[in-house]
Amino acid sequence: MSEVVKVENLGKKYIIGHQKQRYGDSLRDAMTHTARSIWQRIRHPLSPNRESIDLEELWALKDINFEVQQGERLGIIGPNGAGKSTLLKVLSRITEPTTGKVRIKGRVSSLLEVGTGFHPELTGRENIFLNGAVLGMKKQEIKAKFDEIVAFAELERFLDTPVKRYSSGMYVRLAFAVAAHLEPEILIVDEVLAVGDAQFQKKCLGKMDDVAQEGRTVLFVSHNMQAVKQLCRIGILLKNGSIAYNGMATKAVEEYLHNDGASTSLSNLSHVIASLPADPVFKFENIKITQKGLSVDIVENGKPLEIAVQYEVFERTMGLRVYFDLCDTDKTILFRSFHDEDNNGIPTVEPGRYLSKALIPKDFLAPRNYELRIQSTIYNVRVFEPKEGICIKFNVARTGMSNRSYLSEPIKGKLAPFIKWKTSKTI
Amino acid sequence: MNEIVIEPNKNLKQVWQELWSYRDLFYFLAWRDILVRYKQTVIGIAWSVIRPLMSMIILTVIFGRLAKLPSEGVPYPIMVCAAMLPWQFFANTINLSSNSLVSNRGMITKIYFPRIIMPTSGMVVSLIDFLLAFGILFCLMLWYGYWPTWKVIVLPFLLLLAALASLGVGYWVSALNVKYRDFRHLVPFVIQFGLYVSPVGFSSNVVPGKWKLAYSLNPMVGVIDGFRWALLGKKVGLYLPGFLLSIGIVVLIFLSGVWFFTKTERGFADII
Repeated sequence: MSEVVKVENLGKKYIIGHQKQRYGDSLRDAMTHTARSIWQRIRHPLSPNRESIDLEELWALKDINFEVQQGERLGIIGPNGAGKSTLLKVLSRITEPTTGKVRIKGRVSSLLEVGTGFHPELTGRENIFLNGAVLGMKKQEIKAKFDEIVAFAELERFLDTPVKRYSSGMYVRLAFAVAAHLEPEILIVDEVLAVGDAQFQKKCLGKMDDVAQEGRTVLFVSHNMQAVKQLCRIGILLKNGSIAYNGMATKAVEEYLHNDGASTSLSNLSHVIASLPADPVFKFENIKITQKGLSVDIVENGKPLEIAVQYEVFERTMGLRVYFDLCDTDKTILFRSFHDEDNNGIPTVEPGRYLSKALIPKDFLAPRNYELRIQSTIYNVRVFEPKEGICIKFNVARTGMSNRSYLSEPIKGKLAPFIKWKTSKTI
Repeated sequence: MNEIVIEPNKNLKQVWQELWSYRDLFYFLAWRDILVRYKQTVIGIAWSVIRPLMSMIILTVIFGRLAKLPSEGVPYPIMVCAAMLPWQFFANTINLSSNSLVSNRGMITKIYFPRIIMPTSGMVVSLIDFLLAFGILFCLMLWYGYWPTWKVIVLPFLLLLAALASLGVGYWVSALNVKYRDFRHLVPFVIQFGLYVSPVGFSSNVVPGKWKLAYSLNPMVGVIDGFRWALLGKKVGLYLPGFLLSIGIVVLIFLSGVWFFTKTERGFADII
């Protein structure tokens, strides 16, 4: 085994311009701007360059060091904006690094998008050749695999139709088929597998597994934690452009899910609660969202989610209820649950401090974004501030049981309860 | 196993090596551009003959019939046609290559290949057009009973000269176009202008003697004069100092174009 990818001190800097607000990016603007600044220079040769103040440097990647051995499968994970895509772009040579060096031994194919280079006017047959060449296949190779690709895409009848007349499903199938028949020594894959229908995704994940079995190296970026765990042996966690963890894939996933990021919405509740207006009857004291007693950044749907609300009641009140809405990101309520649901008749709450806990069972949430709105009310009288509820946004990662045999298939629906099925042979 | 090193800079030798290893892609991109050029048109590839034919007729009428400019003793249409072919080759290449990067934005941001392939493939497309349009000249010569001499054997060299000139300009403009889209508007205008500045509709002998050398600073003057000299037989001479100056300019444009393109190409994906 030898290392096929070696990354040393890699950094990528972008200049983001407030500059653009001052002068646009057309040649005329650049020329007048340059002329003006030269004139400034001549008039005040010693004054500091005022232009540089308006430029801001953004290091999308900084001090990245890692190695990948031949035949290894590396998963790259991290929150949005951590630099995953930039890293892949540098590794696939689309954009150049600002600092550092990358050494890659072997033929690289990068799949940052399927169907790159497809031309709508060309027929399916022509596009197979074109796309194959774009992905780095030689002409002979494409010829040899042509029949296989066509069979994989199941598009024999439409081979001589321009792809602009294809349905979007057909288009994606054809694009995938070409990509799936790549045989590089090193394969770099972005989230491309997230599009396309489920059956196809499974085919592709399987294909990637085969690729790695044959001693090829795979670098894989994904938000699907299960897929990363299943497919990759080693993993890198990126955060703000730097490597936060480098080691086993399962560890990297754990690290990502259990990170105590102070800035996230889940752990920043006390501030919101402290700023609520005072009410003579009711006061929120604390809200905690935990999984197995630990506060989390990202909720795993393989573990139950505990919502603990601490509050104080100052007056004896009939029908005082604490409740939460689980909402979709577009504020549709998926369901509402009250703290006193298992009572007969309307209970009366005595003054005092309370702690109400709700448990959302495991294998119930879907891997997606949710909003939790925690509220309190007096039945038929009024709703306490804040009227729209204390809103907590969170993200669920897929670690649960539902549909676990088909991991490549995205979970459909806003919830993913694990329903018990019983199937028996009737004849 | 070949090793790729990704560093902030690469040298010229690496550029050529890479270009060679991506020759299959070059072939397919040129092939795509040729296939796509006349898709969904009624008369298809005939366009590559009709356009130069129409331009030739118009220029012949304006300069030959109305302005009554001298024609070096050869039929005016033949004289115009011998210049029109390399000129259209030059203009088409610049047109195609200058927009090639911007119109293939998707590929540039998603996949790696030596970017210089893109503008170069535009040249291949106009080369096909050129060869087809050559049929017009052939027919004209047949019609007027005009036979070229042994000098036609230098035509490939002259064609290469036109190719290098157009590629040089194409590399400059396509790279600049990535950042400054102004060139998209500037290029068609300058090309149209160039048709009248270059000796396409008239003979370069119209230009007074003392300005001749300066006129050859326009690289297409050398190319067009060369074409006429090679095709039109004994009657047309070649002004050698001007021709050599044009060759020098062409080489300069081409090399500086390659230099500028490779210097800027790695930043394309970030700013396109």
